[in-house]
Amino acid sequence: MALDNSPKRVFTVVGTRPPRPDGVDKVTGRALYGADVSAPGMLSAHILRSPHPHAAIVSIDASAAEALPGVKAVVTAADFAPQEDDFLRDVLDNCMARDKVLYDGHAIAAVAATTSAIAKAALKLIKVTYKALPHVTDVDVALRADAPVVQTGRSLETVPEGMSQNVTGHCEFGHGDLEAGFAKADLVVTRSFTTAATHQGYIEPHACLASMTADGKADLWCCTQGQYNVRSLCAALLGMEASQLRVTASEIGGGFGGKTTVFIEPVALALSRKTGRPVKIVMSRDEVFKATGPTVSSSIDVKIGMTKDGRITAGEAQLRYSGGAFPCGTVDMGAQAAFAAYDLAAVRTLGWNVLTNRPKEAAYRAPGAPQAIYAVESVVDELCQKLGLDPLNVRLKNAAHKGTKSSYGPTFDDIGLVATLEAAKAHPHYSAPLGEGQGRGLSAGFWFNFGGNTCVSLNVNTDGTVGITEGNPDIGGSRAAISQMAAEELGIPYDKIRTIIADTSSLGHNDVTDGSRVTFSVGLATIEAARDAITKMCHRAARIWGIDEEAVVWKDGAAQPAGPNAGKFPPMTLADIAAVSFNTGGPIAGHYEFNADGAGVSFGVHLCDVEVDRETGATKVLRYTVFQDAGKAVHPSYVEGQMQGGAVQGIGWALNEEYIYGTDGRLQNAGFLDYRVPVASDLPPIETVILEIPNPGHPYGVRGVGETPIVPPLAAVSNAVSRAIGTRLNSLPMSPPRILKALSKG
Amino acid sequence: MRFARPTTALEATTMLAEETGLTRILSGGTDVMVQLKAGAIEPALIVDIKHIPGLRAITSEAGGFRIGSAISGAELGEHAELRALWPGVVEGCELIGSTQIQGRATMAGNLCNGSPAADAVPGLVAANAVARIVGPRGERDCLVADIPASPGKTTLAKGEFLTSIFLPARPPRSADAYLRFIPRTEMDIAVASAAVSLTLDATNVVIAARVALGAVAPTVRLVPAAADAIIGTKLEDEAVAALMVACSAACSPIDDKRGTIEFRTQVAGVLAKRAVLIAYTRAGGKK
Amino acid sequence: MKTIHVSTFVNGDAVEFICAPDESLLDVLRNRLGLTGVKEGCGTGDCGACSVTLDGRLVCACLVLGAEAEGAAVGTVEGIADGDTLHPLQQSFIDHAALQCGICTPGILVAAKALLEKNPDPTDTEVRYWLAGNLCRCTGYDKIIHAVQDAAQKMRSA
Repeated sequence: MALDNSPKRVFTVVGTRPPRPDGVDKVTGRALYGADVSAPGMLSAHILRSPHPHAAIVSIDASAAEALPGVKAVVTAADFAPQEDDFLRDVLDNCMARDKVLYDGHAIAAVAATTSAIAKAALKLIKVTYKALPHVTDVDVALRADAPVVQTGRSLETVPEGMSQNVTGHCEFGHGDLEAGFAKADLVVTRSFTTAATHQGYIEPHACLASMTADGKADLWCCTQGQYNVRSLCAALLGMEASQLRVTASEIGGGFGGKTTVFIEPVALALSRKTGRPVKIVMSRDEVFKATGPTVSSSIDVKIGMTKDGRITAGEAQLRYSGGAFPCGTVDMGAQAAFAAYDLAAVRTLGWNVLTNRPKEAAYRAPGAPQAIYAVESVVDELCQKLGLDPLNVRLKNAAHKGTKSSYGPTFDDIGLVATLEAAKAHPHYSAPLGEGQGRGLSAGFWFNFGGNTCVSLNVNTDGTVGITEGNPDIGGSRAAISQMAAEELGIPYDKIRTIIADTSSLGHNDVTDGSRVTFSVGLATIEAARDAITKMCHRAARIWGIDEEAVVWKDGAAQPAGPNAGKFPPMTLADIAAVSFNTGGPIAGHYEFNADGAGVSFGVHLCDVEVDRETGATKVLRYTVFQDAGKAVHPSYVEGQMQGGAVQGIGWALNEEYIYGTDGRLQNAGFLDYRVPVASDLPPIETVILEIPNPGHPYGVRGVGETPIVPPLAAVSNAVSRAIGTRLNSLPMSPPRILKALSKG
Repeated sequence: MRFARPTTALEATTMLAEETGLTRILSGGTDVMVQLKAGAIEPALIVDIKHIPGLRAITSEAGGFRIGSAISGAELGEHAELRALWPGVVEGCELIGSTQIQGRATMAGNLCNGSPAADAVPGLVAANAVARIVGPRGERDCLVADIPASPGKTTLAKGEFLTSIFLPARPPRSADAYLRFIPRTEMDIAVASAAVSLTLDATNVVIAARVALGAVAPTVRLVPAAADAIIGTKLEDEAVAALMVACSAACSPIDDKRGTIEFRTQVAGVLAKRAVLIAYTRAGGKK
Repeated sequence: MKTIHVSTFVNGDAVEFICAPDESLLDVLRNRLGLTGVKEGCGTGDCGACSVTLDGRLVCACLVLGAEAEGAAVGTVEGIADGDTLHPLQQSFIDHAALQCGICTPGILVAAKALLEKNPDPTDTEVRYWLAGNLCRCTGYDKIIHAVQDAAQKMRSA
């Protein structure tokens, strides 16, 4: 049989909006998240955290805690397997400080007890002797020669001689002759920007339940974006074999990149190993803010040259990112993404990663891109203002397209940027009149999108229904999209399919749910697994009909005799074939495993109208529209949901969200009261326009959509505010005191 | 920790006075529960006063209203007559937290928590409200303005607690208003706030006024100079400008994660200006 | 700490439990009564994930002591549906894709139900302000507002 491999254009299930399979569980309170399970004999554990931003650990005396009735075990870094590999050692050191505490909130010990209250009381009995060290929390200060050194010996060879030891990595991207490019410009603008560290702000705190038995077998239940990654990390940190640790991902209460690593999971396992009992750890919100992944803080310089008619002649950016007290590569992604929306003859970006006494950065939705693109899109907007040019026309004039050599190297295939910009230009929002004190901003945005290791099983049940087993936690409706793609391919109704997320022992490895990879990669694997099952079903039909296997095609959900046999036998549906499968060779299942490539980059354009109260500096977002190329929107409601949710996270970043450190190096706003995520009354409706420019790398044309939407809001909001108040702010967030200060300076 | 649920004020004050350890009153619980969760307090005794008769009632008294100290923001907001007489006091209380917080939080609790940024307090101070306090030595009345001592501290003696707050009758053509500044539209603590209560004569001239500011000093601050700036005026531009200057001059705020000295000082004047215009219109004033 | 015996009603059923004097109603509901649909997002009243009704008033269960539930009526997300028939709000949230991760959904449903009982025909602005204490980090709130309004419309015409 032959399968058509050109991207499909006519769909029956894909592109519709069926109810999600986990919907009823989630609206009735039945869905089980990280903290929602318990086990017989379970202990509760809490973690002792450093009050110092930087200190040597002189000694830890847990004897009084261990003596408290009800306490069953205390663990410290000494209870984990030593790590040779730098990456794994950093993961371990972040879970449990070894010789030094590196940030306010760094874990130092953990107690398991019969009740949560006893475990908490025991924490107060652990005597830790610290030797306080000078600290640094600001990225620019950490770069100075006289800055306190967070960790020594961590600089890669890429770092130029003579820089502070806090600089751990350096990268460079670009092409062309910058000097010649700037010389051609009629106007060159150079500006410096800063962005605050922000937190993913998932509403579900990290939680896990670990159970290890005396024979070394362990089960771990946790909220994570990647159970296989949790297994790899925990097995290494505990010195176990992967096969002995089964990790089950709970329903996940938001992640946005922040649940792609481990924090409490190895600790719960170590405590379970030591006590022989199940151990549950649930973080408090304060712990989530202090000790789990914020994004990087940044300091960025951008220089762009433009001709009078709006052609960008050259662009350069220098990015200094701090991912906290451990090396991280986020600045590389920022340096690659900065100018991705532009077709440039001369472009260069330089990046440096800098250590500070802040928590270890975790991925946050398009990690590294929002900061860099905010800086670039702000300078482009300023150039447009100064040259009297329409900002959308300028972006169209310079837009990257198929065949553009991107600023980070690869040449683009089919991309939707021009179509997205044109959709924004044609939309009524762009030409709607603005009132007094109002401003309109726009920004383009970009994300690479990932593919990665993926594994799917598709089981045809004897009653004609289908079960799909995939290995990526469903963070925003992906089970619905996977079921839709399987229904589309098999030609059976959506409600005949149930998709579940496997534990690590039930299916082969799957990379983390990140990089907007799931609907693309797992979808592709599902389609291929369906095709595998279809091939097998066609073979069964051929056997039943006694004809050649090649003379059977799959059409409209049924095997049909083709060629010379066409019409000789009535078609056999999936249900017909499944019903007799035990007599024709046994159960029928399709499988597919691969390392997905061809994810297809994604572009978006956002329009934002604001009004600024000139007496208080308060900004109100009046209207907001998101335009994005989805390749093919499998479940349009959840594509819109990604666009809206990402936009609102970006609006929060632009206006109010920030990690605030005192001069004492301690985090001052570790709670939702003063870490101000947008609330419902802050926002207007978020309008969405989905474009569908098929990704050639996917049979249905699907592209990842989850991350791009957080990229444009920073500059879209900033450009709108700057135009509303007539002066530019080059620092995020644009909190009311900062806006009022900018206004008073004129 | 012990939890008690007395059914008379005497029983409550006796147990509070006799307890040698730390005690806390539980009414709406929206501050106490947060402090307990954070481990900031470890009280020996928590006394739930909601079951003491009268504490969950709003009663008319001498043309004004006596508000039981366990009345929640939501209950306050549902009382049409009270809202008509003291709209600024009611709106201040209703601004505390979310709908969920409104289901529990009380004016008395907001006052006794001792925060300089408490939303209910500037309106009460501008209204010259009087708190009724019960204690081991019996009952006494005290101006609301005299209850906060410093951030987190009150002038209440051991064993004392509020049973009600009295808002007096008003002359005709009187009204009040409260405004605060927060970075979001909801859910934040006031960065600066202002309450204005005023009375007009038949010719739209302000004949009495009280102006109180929040979050700009260790306690809510009554600003007589701001009131003086508008008394005898019809809120002409110069009068309003003088009120703003007087308000900003009365500020001695701090720099913190919520706002700067500069910002609070400037915005307090802006809020007072806006609040006075609202109160003036509510009182029937026409410029 | 001596525990306290409490008799109360949860979703219409008479329930008894014991709790520590400093134990929150949230911990009681989740850990002692198995009602894990009530979520903890912050424990400080800032996120609304633990929204329940207490004698008909919308409150955060994290800011109520378990002991305070004596003689009271508590309503949680588990009590919203009528047997296997979903409440119009629940159906509307599924139909409008008003949830992504779903962790805030139980609290938002309890809060939205309380709103529509008080005001069957709210404006969008009224819905947004009523729900300001319920943080959602996934949706940007847009589809939540649509879902509440659509359910309100269906309930009015029912």
